[in-house]
Amino acid sequence: MKVTPAVNTFVGRPVERVEDLRYLRGKGQYLDDLQKEGQWCGAVLRSSVAHGRLVNIDTKAALDIPGVHAVITAADLPSVIPTIPFRRPNPTIAPYAQPVIAVDKVRYVGEPIAFVLADSAEIAEDALQFISVEIDTLDPIVDWRASENGATLLFDSTQTNIASVFEARSGDAAEAFRAAPYVRRERFSVQRHTAMPMETRGLLAEWDEATSHLTVWGAAKLPFFNRRAMAGMMGLQETAVDYLELDVGGGFGARGEFYPEDFLVAFSAKHFKRPVKWVEDRREHFLAIAHAREMEAELEIACDLDGSILGMRGTINVDIGAYVRPNGMTPVRNVTQFIAGPYRIANLAFDGRALVSNKTPAGTYRGPGRFEGCFFCERMIDLAAKDLNLDGVDMRRRNLLTQADMPYALATVSPNDGFAETACDSGDYRTTFDQCLNEFGWQEKSPLNGQCIDGLYHGIAIGNFIEGGAAGPRESAKIELERDGSVSVYVGSSGVGQGVETIMSQIAADALEISLDRIRLFHGSTSNLKEGFGSYGSRGTVMGGSAVLVAAKEFLAAFQDAAAERLRVPSDQVTVEGGVARTRDGRSVPLIEIAALELISREATYHGSKQTYTFGAAAVHVSVDPKTGRVNILDYVTVDDVGRVINPLTLHGQVVGAAVQGFGGVFSEHLQYDSSGQLLVGSLADYMIPISTDYPHIRAISLEQYPSPNNPLGAKGAGEGGIIPVGGVVVNAIASALRSFGVEPRSLPLTPPHIWQLIQETKS
Amino acid sequence: MLMEADGEAKLLAGGQTLLPVMAFRLAAPAILIDLSGVQELKGISIDDTGVRIGAMTTWRDIEDDQRLRTAAPLVSAAIEHIAHYQIRNRGTIGGSLSHADPAAEMPGVVVACDACLEIVGSNGMRSVPANEFFLGPLTTCLSADEVLTAVRFPPWPATRLWAFEEFAQRRGDFAYAGIALFHETGATGLVENAHIGLIGATSVPRRLGVAEAALNGRRLDGETIAAAAQLASSEADAEDDIHASAAYRKALVGTLLERALKAAAERAEAL
Ligand SMILES: Cc1cc2nc3c(=O)[nH]c(=O)nc-3n(C[C@H](O)[C@H](O)[C@H](O)COP(=O)(O)OP(=O)(O)OC[C@H]3O[C@@H](n4cnc5c(N)ncnc54)[C@H](O)[C@@H]3O)c2cc1C
Repeated sequence: MKVTPAVNTFVGRPVERVEDLRYLRGKGQYLDDLQKEGQWCGAVLRSSVAHGRLVNIDTKAALDIPGVHAVITAADLPSVIPTIPFRRPNPTIAPYAQPVIAVDKVRYVGEPIAFVLADSAEIAEDALQFISVEIDTLDPIVDWRASENGATLLFDSTQTNIASVFEARSGDAAEAFRAAPYVRRERFSVQRHTAMPMETRGLLAEWDEATSHLTVWGAAKLPFFNRRAMAGMMGLQETAVDYLELDVGGGFGARGEFYPEDFLVAFSAKHFKRPVKWVEDRREHFLAIAHAREMEAELEIACDLDGSILGMRGTINVDIGAYVRPNGMTPVRNVTQFIAGPYRIANLAFDGRALVSNKTPAGTYRGPGRFEGCFFCERMIDLAAKDLNLDGVDMRRRNLLTQADMPYALATVSPNDGFAETACDSGDYRTTFDQCLNEFGWQEKSPLNGQCIDGLYHGIAIGNFIEGGAAGPRESAKIELERDGSVSVYVGSSGVGQGVETIMSQIAADALEISLDRIRLFHGSTSNLKEGFGSYGSRGTVMGGSAVLVAAKEFLAAFQDAAAERLRVPSDQVTVEGGVARTRDGRSVPLIEIAALELISREATYHGSKQTYTFGAAAVHVSVDPKTGRVNILDYVTVDDVGRVINPLTLHGQVVGAAVQGFGGVFSEHLQYDSSGQLLVGSLADYMIPISTDYPHIRAISLEQYPSPNNPLGAKGAGEGGIIPVGGVVVNAIASALRSFGVEPRSLPLTPPHIWQLIQETKS
Repeated sequence: MLMEADGEAKLLAGGQTLLPVMAFRLAAPAILIDLSGVQELKGISIDDTGVRIGAMTTWRDIEDDQRLRTAAPLVSAAIEHIAHYQIRNRGTIGGSLSHADPAAEMPGVVVACDACLEIVGSNGMRSVPANEFFLGPLTTCLSADEVLTAVRFPPWPATRLWAFEEFAQRRGDFAYAGIALFHETGATGLVENAHIGLIGATSVPRRLGVAEAALNGRRLDGETIAAAAQLASSEADAEDDIHASAAYRKALVGTLLERALKAAAERAEAL
């Protein structure tokens, strides 16, 4: 398919977000704004024990509370309790799937045990305290080493707590390491943390007995997959279920996957023939949302003395929590495939092991496995450069991929979960690197490295990343002409607050050559299209936008045909431009006139399974107060190349927001557990996400020098890249600042007390 | 009402502590008595006997009162570290003192300043010195039928040197530790009347007596400061928690005292 529509009135422009007016006027419609006549509200009784056998559940006292209608436990569900299907199945994970409600065992604090239905959420929550649950406790597993040891097995039907091992291979790592003049081994770790969307999760389900139809509001991310999953678990036809999207207050990869509550809410609605609503509170969110990032890597690097990286290998142990969630394997696969990032390293051998534990099950969080892998790789490079007495900048540039390497195959991964093979698509990765050095002022800032000014130690660092995007296999869009001559555009990509209405409207307006205000954009819901996918893996814009292009082409062809008929000439004698069809002899008919005759509607699918790779660099200047451990970000610059910028404003928002989110993961966000498997954070006072005043010095520059050859827009994913380099580059800058102390941080988060501790350790 | 409720009632001031506690179901009082309509509990008065701040005065009103910058400078300086402006619009000084969180700023300030707390109950009025008011973490000498009505600060000599230093992970968070400090300099140039209030890193708001003793009668040179900081560190009774080790907090107390003493000295030069 040929690249790009002819005119670009809107694509590439800083068009203000069309959805913002609605949000700013308080007209946003979030799940909790929705009320249904006669609805019941649900509250989930969650296990307070990390690991144990369920002996008895007594709901009688709860049922006696006025306003309580029912309490559902495993006993009330079909005899075979459904487990939540995987997005990417692989041969070993089946026994580790999560049942929609605890059956014989509880495996993490927060696991649903019962679901109370009452007149209000408050009454339902009150009733939780009156359910008595008897649990025989079992030894809890709270870290991957205990899990590996296997003395206690989480799943009786298995022989091991290792749910899966992903092997990424490229070249011959063993031989490369044997021959290498320099080898270094290191251990790094990242702490458990996750997404904190401003709007917590929520669902409302309604069963229509007359039409045997289930409607679920509160969809996000991937409604079509969830509809399929729900239909399967409920024994319904897929078309008997709709997942509808309202406004969504943030997703970040965690919200919108199929969770136990999806089933409990829908099952209750069907069972009791009542609308049922459930909204998570923040404390519950900490226990229920998929956790992420907890992994420890044992890595080795092999280099030539000139800094060429000959190989990397190692094992990454990922604590995935109690179950394999629908997307729980993605971070594990990703980290093995993407550790080497944007660097040309011929020989790779990584094993990513997914180990279960008695903690909240893990899933994807913006840049899954990539944030972690980039941290590991960039730290490793700095440590190697130091050993080899090389400049880290030179060493990086030497190994960066160039256009001559494209397409560049990344390590092949087995088992194949759909992403075994992938290749970087386009770009000279030195361009963003060099521009980042320039914008940052690397030369001028270099003398500051390691210096102490007014008691603060200064350090700088730069690193590189790639961001995989455009997850296939396809996406759909539909364009319909309305009676008033306006156009409705439906797209499978979903909105999570990222501005999908704006972006898609821009693409559609240019493709149809009409003005923005004639377009109404609908997205996400399964009622819009026959088939769709959603917004994940940095795909929403690339795949959905490409689908809009394909649909627009068909729509315009239909317009041309309709106009030709109206003008009584053969179709090929009509040209369409700017929403008007013209004959050669000067007669014309505008779209709006066709609308009076025929409401053209075209649904089309864009197919594409080749991923796009945005690439970029980030540089940071920090100062560290060794007495308090405080790190200040004095300057943070990222330069990326996204192939094609649809909207510089929304793109900038993505990149800056992701960087700040990354700082949260580097400095403070931590889902800490104690040795009995209790989660120690329960509020945003303990789980410290960045506040708006924390990081004022961020500069983000996006280029479009290397369009992706893999889609008609030339665009690459851009939702996740901003977070990926943060860990590596910030920690390297801190190490650089504290070089006179010999501090080399290897684990996150770098809270002030942690940095202080590292300094104390080097003193003694 | 308080008396009739027989311990079942809770006073509601700004609700910035009580309501979260209730939302977490850590407290479920049968009756809430809203104090917001009681005008007598609001307001700031300043005369030669000192400063009197009514219990229901909001952080915001204290922050905005320019007179306090000279009449009770430690109070003014502490406010900007207390929570975020939305919370300061509702939260009250009386609520904070009654709640007696050792990590909160104002309990440490009132103890450092030798303030007195005015209390009304079924047995009438009484006035309690700050260091006797706080009994332990989240525990005061208020009995179930008593209301804190005001806090009274003694007059503040214009020549007094002071500083407020704290360290929190993010602006507006409860601090890992904080120091509210003042002292005077006698004719001989030696430190007199040192008062050091400790915030966080302690189970009860209190002064650091050992460090104060190490300052009084000394010239404020590097050696004195280092010695006092050392003593303050060991005097702090911090405990490990999920955010920081006791060792970190203790070291931080020393660092903050050092910085506070230097900041106070700089203020002297500016006078
Ligand atoms: C996000 C957040 C961050 C915060 N950060 C900080 C911080 O950094 N530093 C800090 O110091 N505080 C902080 N706070 C707490 C805040 O300052 C509160 O306003 C304050 O602690 C309590 O004041 P209040 O008026 O809201 O009291 P309330 O919550 O209404 O009451 C607190 C308690 O005191 C009792 N009480 C109230 N008034 C009286 C009275 N007159 N007599 C007897 N008993 C009474 C109540 O019964 C209740 O038990 C924070 C709060 C939040 C929500």
